[in-house]
Order: sequence, then structure tokens, then C-alpha cells
Amino acid sequence: MGLKEKILVKSLWVFHISAGSCNNCDIEILDCLTPRFDIERFGMQLIGSIRHADVLLVTGAMNKKSAPILKDLYEQAPKPCFVVAVGTCPCSQHMFKDSYNTISSLDAIIPVDVYIPGCPPKPEAIIAGIAKLINKLTNDKR
Amino acid sequence: MKFILYFLFLFFSVSMGGIGWWLERKLTARFQYRVGPPWYQNFIDIMKLFIKETIIPQGASRILFILSPLVSLSSSLIVALILITDYFFKQNFIADIIVIIYLLIIPSLFLILGAFSSANPLALVGAIRETKQLIAYEFVFIVSLVIVIIKTGGSLFLSEIIERQMLGNIYFKSFSGLIAFILAFFYLQAKLGIIPFDTPEAEQEIASGVMIEYSGALLGFWKISKLLLYFSLPLFIIFLFLPGKFVDIIIKYFLLILLITVVKNINPRMRIKDVLEFFWFFLFPLGLIGIFLAINGY
Ligand code: SF4
Repeated sequence: MGLKEKILVKSLWVFHISAGSCNNCDIEILDCLTPRFDIERFGMQLIGSIRHADVLLVTGAMNKKSAPILKDLYEQAPKPCFVVAVGTCPCSQHMFKDSYNTISSLDAIIPVDVYIPGCPPKPEAIIAGIAKLINKLTNDKR
Repeated sequence: MKFILYFLFLFFSVSMGGIGWWLERKLTARFQYRVGPPWYQNFIDIMKLFIKETIIPQGASRILFILSPLVSLSSSLIVALILITDYFFKQNFIADIIVIIYLLIIPSLFLILGAFSSANPLALVGAIRETKQLIAYEFVFIVSLVIVIIKTGGSLFLSEIIERQMLGNIYFKSFSGLIAFILAFFYLQAKLGIIPFDTPEAEQEIASGVMIEYSGALLGFWKISKLLLYFSLPLFIIFLFLPGKFVDIIIKYFLLILLITVVKNINPRMRIKDVLEFFWFFLFPLGLIGIFLAINGY
């Protein structure tokens, strides 16, 4: 584990993208900031601008309109930047698999680092997912 | 020898600024029944920004975009140095208060220029709001300084202002001094962009506004500049109104941060119109009363 990763995992700034979700996953993400879960104690912050982002939390099934926007957003984020798929929708299209409007799951469009299944995932599950991401980062370069 | 001392002082002010900013975040978290970040969070954040990629947006004016954070950082460094040499070595030059006022305007000015040069509509909105705020709060702060200067008998030396008060009569305890302190306190709140006056950076409406296009090392320079302001601005206000021994000053600094945090947590964000009205139609007349009282020796 290098110094770079050590610093990076202590201050992950999270940017939240809703690519056509039913809004339930978004509410669960906001729950992570509440007093009960409080992700700020791990140095994570929900930030407003894509240029400051370290982690993209993507929710919702991709549709034809949001997929190009998502791709743009991923290219706008400064690297190193990690992508977390929150909810079953971005992981595997969920019940919208046969819809006329959806294209594919998230990993066909941008590289995904961690999958958090659930409909919606509990805040505990989201925090566990981020912990998985941290483990992945710190063990990769050994 | 002195050179090394200056570097030590700069290191000290950066670390005090980081601790102060952390205290603000931690207290906010405690007010909301959260745990809050660990004490080294701000330093880690800045270090992280320096290992990230720096993106210069297409269509931005490159020179201004890169130069603004650097100029802002250097002017806040100079302010910290002037304040500290004034206090410890009693070394100063003619009218250093006016120099400090100018140097304190520079970070805001270059924040506006940097936002304009980044070619982003949300940054534009943020920059316009920052411009309006700048007109509002600088004016009030100058009124507050006029009260202090009248009370010191027209002296423009910061060290003389400090020495006068060290002899006994601290300005904070007199009526006009208290009014000047209130004006300066709201100036501090607005200058640091903390909640009732954080319209230019409003995260929920305009997505961090003026900072929106800055990333990586350039954002890191902005953060260091803000870190230094977090220390030197409260320090300046303490020097003006309630100086004392070194330990006293540090305690007062933390108390001031506490006061800022309380005001932050019991207020919602103001609209830009309300900010202007608050500064011009409430604080400015209060300042005029303060000047009147100061001339009459209260
Ligand atoms: S995973 Fe479930 S809760 Fe989340 S966006 Fe999809 S349908 Fe909604």
C-alpha cells in the first residue's frame, strides 16, 4: 500500500449521479449523511461539482438519454476516479431489463469498481460497499 | 535566523488554520449529533487534491485560470506574515493596516476573476454573487476600522493599536469598540463564506459556484489560501479588538471559531438581496452610531 492510496482512501469525495433511478436509492444515499450513519467521520463528503469528485455513486437504470451524459460526466471527473454502482438497477438493469428505453447495465458504459446490489440497498450496505472499495484500493498495489 | 523563524511562523499559521477549520466542521457535526471528521481531515484533503489530475476546461482563459489561486495564496501568506511580525517583532511600516485591507481584498478579487475565466455559467452566477457580497462587507469592515483608528488617535500602525490596548483599555469593553467588533465579526463570517453568507459557493443551488471548474492542485491552492485566511482573519480581528498574551490570543481564536460555528448552525443561507440589505441598511447605520460614539470618547 503506497502513500498515495493511504491519503486517497482517507478523503474520498463523493459525487452522486442519478441516471434515471426511481429516487429510492438517492434517498438511501442521503441517509448515509444523517447522524445515525455519518460518513463524514471517514472523511467522505458529498460534493456538488464533478471536478472535485473521487467517487461517482451512480444510481438508476441507464436509459437512452442518460447514458451519453453519464459518459461525459465520467470523462469530466479528474482521475483517479472510482465508480460505484448503487442498487440493482445499475448492476444488472433489474426489472427494466426488457424495457424499450434502457440500453445496458452500467459496466458496459463506464468501468465500475464496486457493485452494491439491493432495491434499494440499506445505508449500511452502501457504507459496506465503500469499505470494499477502500479495501480494493489499499490491497491493489501490494 | 529570522528567515527560519518566518518559515516556522508560516507553518504555524497553516496548521492553526487547519485546526480552526477542523474545529468548525467538528462542532457543526456535534451540533447535528454526528461524530464529525478526525483532526487531520483538512490536511489530508489538501494532500489528496495534489495527487489528483488537474483539468483546465476548454474555453477557459488559461493564464488567469492558473494564476488566480497562486496570487490568492501569496497574498494570504503575506497577510499572515505581516500580522505575526507585527505582534512578535513590533516591526512595521507606515500605514500597514491599509496594506492589510488591500491584501485581504485580493483573494476575493481573484476568486471572482478565476470564476469568470473558467467559462462556466454556474461559476458566473457565483462570481456575480461574490462581487455583490464584496461590495457589501468590505465597506462595513472599513467603517469598523475607522472606529478603531479614531479610538487610537489616528494612528495607522497595527503595533500601536495592539500596544495601546495591552496597556489596559481593551476596545472590546467600550461601546463603540463593541459595535466595531460586531461589524468586524459579520465581515469575518462573510469573508470566509460561512453559512448565512455562503451564497457564492452555495452547494445546493449552484454546485459550489465559483470553485466549480477548479480541480486537483489548483483547487488545493485555493484550499491552502482559505486555510491561511481561517487563521489570519480571526487573528487580525483579535489584534484589533482584544489583544493579549500569546496564549490568550490562541484561546480567543478558538472562542471566535466557536462563535462563528454557532452563528452558522442557527441560520439558513441568506439570499443575496438580504445580504446586501443586512450589511448596508442595518450594519452600516450601526457603524455610523459607533463612529459618533468613538468621536465622543465612549
Ligand atoms: S435499485 Fe430499486 S430502489 Fe434503486 S433505483 Fe432501481 S428500482 Fe429504484
